[in-house]
Amino acid sequence: MDRIPILKMGHFLLVTIQVDLYDRLAMDLEADLVKMVSTTGARAVLIDISAVSIVDSFMGRIIGNIASMSKLLDAETVVVGMQPAVAITLVELGLELPGVHTALNVERGMELLQGLIVFDNDIDEQDDEDDHTALS
Amino acid sequence: MTNAFLREDLMSNEELRAQSEELVETLVNALNEENISDVESPDFDEVVEILSGISISRARQGFSPRETGAFVLSLKHALIEVLERELKSDLAKLYEETLKVNRLIDSFSITTFETFIKGREEVILRQTDEIAEISTPVIRVWDGILALPIIGTLDSSRTQIVMENLLQEIVDTGSSLAILDISGVPAVDSLVAQHLIKTVSATRLMGAECIISGIRPEIAQTIVHLGIDLSNIVTKASLAHALKFAFNTLRLEVRKKSGTVIDKN
Amino acid sequence: MTILPLAKDAIKVYKEQDVILFRNRVKEHAVKIKMGLVNQTKLITAASELVRNMLRYGGGGDTLIEIVSRGRDNGIRLTFKDQGPGIPDIAKAMLDGFSTGKSLGLGLPGAKRLVNEFNIKSEAGAGTTVTVIKWANG
Repeated sequence: MDRIPILKMGHFLLVTIQVDLYDRLAMDLEADLVKMVSTTGARAVLIDISAVSIVDSFMGRIIGNIASMSKLLDAETVVVGMQPAVAITLVELGLELPGVHTALNVERGMELLQGLIVFDNDIDEQDDEDDHTALS
Repeated sequence: MTNAFLREDLMSNEELRAQSEELVETLVNALNEENISDVESPDFDEVVEILSGISISRARQGFSPRETGAFVLSLKHALIEVLERELKSDLAKLYEETLKVNRLIDSFSITTFETFIKGREEVILRQTDEIAEISTPVIRVWDGILALPIIGTLDSSRTQIVMENLLQEIVDTGSSLAILDISGVPAVDSLVAQHLIKTVSATRLMGAECIISGIRPEIAQTIVHLGIDLSNIVTKASLAHALKFAFNTLRLEVRKKSGTVIDKN
Repeated sequence: MTILPLAKDAIKVYKEQDVILFRNRVKEHAVKIKMGLVNQTKLITAASELVRNMLRYGGGGDTLIEIVSRGRDNGIRLTFKDQGPGIPDIAKAMLDGFSTGKSLGLGLPGAKRLVNEFNIKSEAGAGTTVTVIKWANG
């Protein structure tokens, strides 16, 4: 029984997809991720697709679902490492990934998230005028 | 062979002689009673090969199709001359044999035209590829900023090349901003706009952002009149403005050096 | 110019696992005719869309992967044939945005954009056959 591993990295969860997703695997991934976001209180999910050479509408739907589910639990989703050929194909296919941020790699993805997320401890410590302070 | 079409600038007399000899020899060896009337006969494969070779190499050297054609047809004249000498006394036979030779060499000359055209087409294809290569450079103007001056019309095949080069460069350099300068694009219609939008979308999927610069006033008018919506893409009138915007976005500043202070740059 | 088939590979797709096998075979053939990476990606993505359609709406079916040539160009021709319920209104299915909302619908217009030639034959109650061709330098 294989499942795609989910790593916890601080406030984020990292999923690295390295195999072809099929129905059961994809459903398990969605369920596992949602559960983990909920139990860990993660604020973001990073999906690393640098090893994925084909993204079709099925995969697109899974990513979209993950983004929507995570958003409901107050977590952002960032897809990282998209291969150029995949980007070109997705644009031609007309596939949109609504609610999904993208970044070149995991490092950039984390930088992006730092700017997006307001962490709970920040709100408590906020005395000054800055409204959306990012962790510097 | 024919004097009128001797191109001494392109081919020396010795080369011409050698080429002619090879052709004649192969033809003579292949020719016999039966196949003279059979233009398709495999016996002539070697002759056709030599002819194709001659045609392609002449095309590359710059001979016109007429000149190459004349070369082959001159063989016909030479053969007919020989026939005239040999069959002077038997006019009916002379006519018959002349017809056969005529048909045979005519078909050979058609072969040479076909291969000539093929040779030219290969040159055109190669040049098209070269043009595509050099006309879509991706320039690293700064750390993390790429510039693409697009010169000429932007059709779907060029867009493919632009996208591939740009995205690969983004991966290679980790750039986050790409400036597409279209001041060299003569006309922007809905199709070209679509190509630009696709390029921007693909760049965004890679986690980078695009700025379109070089929008001339006429282009701005056309875009609005055509109802093309570029509202979610940053556009600037000039590359300079786009660069300034890019620096700003990356929180970089360009300052004038003051007189006596030694700057540690 | 006529299109000549040079090689063929028939694969039955009736379950999920067959999709992966099918995609891999398509890739093998594409690599054989030296198709560039971007074109390969487009072809395999289109193949994935179409074969998934066949599974989901056609109840599975037969696929054919062929290497074809037209003049000097080499290409891959894929045929998807099912005995499912068929598509009653093909014209509508080929319109972009035909299916809005969660399900991305048949994805036919998208798949069509990824290949060079696209042909679909379908009748309500009589199954569907989709044929596409992608040239190596398409």
